[in-house]
Amino acid sequence: MITKPFMPATTWQTVGPFFSIGLERLYRADIAGAGVDGERIRVAGRLLDGDYNPIPDAVVEVWQANAHGKYAHPGDTQDKPLEQGFRGFGRIATDDLGEFRFSTVKPGSVLTQSGEPQAPHLVVSLMMRGLLRGLVTRAYFPNEGLNATDQVLQCVPPARRSTLLLSSLVENDVPTFGWTIHMQGPSETVFFDF
Amino acid sequence: MNECQTYPSPFRKHKQGTQPDHLHAGYVSSMKRAPLQPLVTITPTLSELTGPLFGRDEIVAGECNMTRSANGGEAQGQRIAVSGRLLDEGGAPIRNTLLEVWQANAAGRYLHKWDQHDAPLDPNFSGEGHVLTDDLGRYSFVTVQPGSYPWGNHHNAWRPAHIHFSVFGPAVCTRLVTQMYFPGDPLLPFDPIYNCTADSAARERLISRFDWNTTIPQSTLGFVFDIHLRGRYATPMEEGHDDH
Ligand SMILES: [Fe+3]
Repeated sequence: MITKPFMPATTWQTVGPFFSIGLERLYRADIAGAGVDGERIRVAGRLLDGDYNPIPDAVVEVWQANAHGKYAHPGDTQDKPLEQGFRGFGRIATDDLGEFRFSTVKPGSVLTQSGEPQAPHLVVSLMMRGLLRGLVTRAYFPNEGLNATDQVLQCVPPARRSTLLLSSLVENDVPTFGWTIHMQGPSETVFFDF
Repeated sequence: MNECQTYPSPFRKHKQGTQPDHLHAGYVSSMKRAPLQPLVTITPTLSELTGPLFGRDEIVAGECNMTRSANGGEAQGQRIAVSGRLLDEGGAPIRNTLLEVWQANAAGRYLHKWDQHDAPLDPNFSGEGHVLTDDLGRYSFVTVQPGSYPWGNHHNAWRPAHIHFSVFGPAVCTRLVTQMYFPGDPLLPFDPIYNCTADSAARERLISRFDWNTTIPQSTLGFVFDIHLRGRYATPMEEGHDDH
């Protein structure tokens, strides 16, 4: 029998400060697009370093399920509707104030591998100059009953769970959620390893 | 006490030492940006086991040539052909997957508003490339040899010549952003970004190799750079011969 040699995954390197040259073509701040089911929402985020200075040279990637809790991916075999044209991917560069904004639909609940409902959430990846490897976190919605039982939130020390919770803002009648991501400090955002 | 359930992840953990730590004192900008708390280990769910897929609707398939500008002008510098395969850790090809690349021009200058390096811009070179892997996981593009450039990390700091790569693969678990370097670059031993990874074999896999087979006579030097994304554990039946 032929044995294929095992080759460890290639090493990460920082995205550096000039990533827009290669990544800008897929910048997407309107994640859901037209004709997609669900409640329209906006997220207004801010990214701060260990000195509370805004980070103006980061890129934020969002991955989410649709309002039915279904990912646009063949690996999601849940029996749920998926609209033509829904992809669920967003990519936004932070601006001079370290801020990033996107609009989308609120995702539905996605089942875990053991069949339990997760709380609605966005998977959010960060890359920036100074980060040697990308970081992955999640954004959860306030006042969701499922937050109390969500399998991933249960893995987070209780005192740090609030770093993953969006806050409700009122803005132009479209439900808008605020989120400050702290790379360091007493409110350092939780990042995941999986 | 946390009710933190842990099912085995279908994706392999990274081999010890083959990925950089977030905080690396020699790389000054990591000091205020790297997380200082430990990462929280979770069992990946569908949210991490899926990820965005980009294909032919986004990118025109075929060889990407970065040396020609839209108005037909030729970029300055040594033409190079970069090719390789996108594979998982077990050597299986990752097909029809998007690679995004970007780089400085031959003089070491990026077409970017924040690049202050006193080196000429090239009106015929944007440094932007997008290419899909084929059915065997192969990719290739033609560009110019990027120049080295100074940066402010420490006194007389210069980055070795490199090309930035961004790859998604099949899932959030497999996302990779990396940099490809060139063989024999005298700056590599001094670069804090290249040297942030402990495992020397893992570092050396970031260095492309010069290749006669893809070198085009009278025209273009060939370099080969294979990329491996995190793979799944083998199914129990295969496990016996997968770990060597
Ligand atoms: Fe660079």
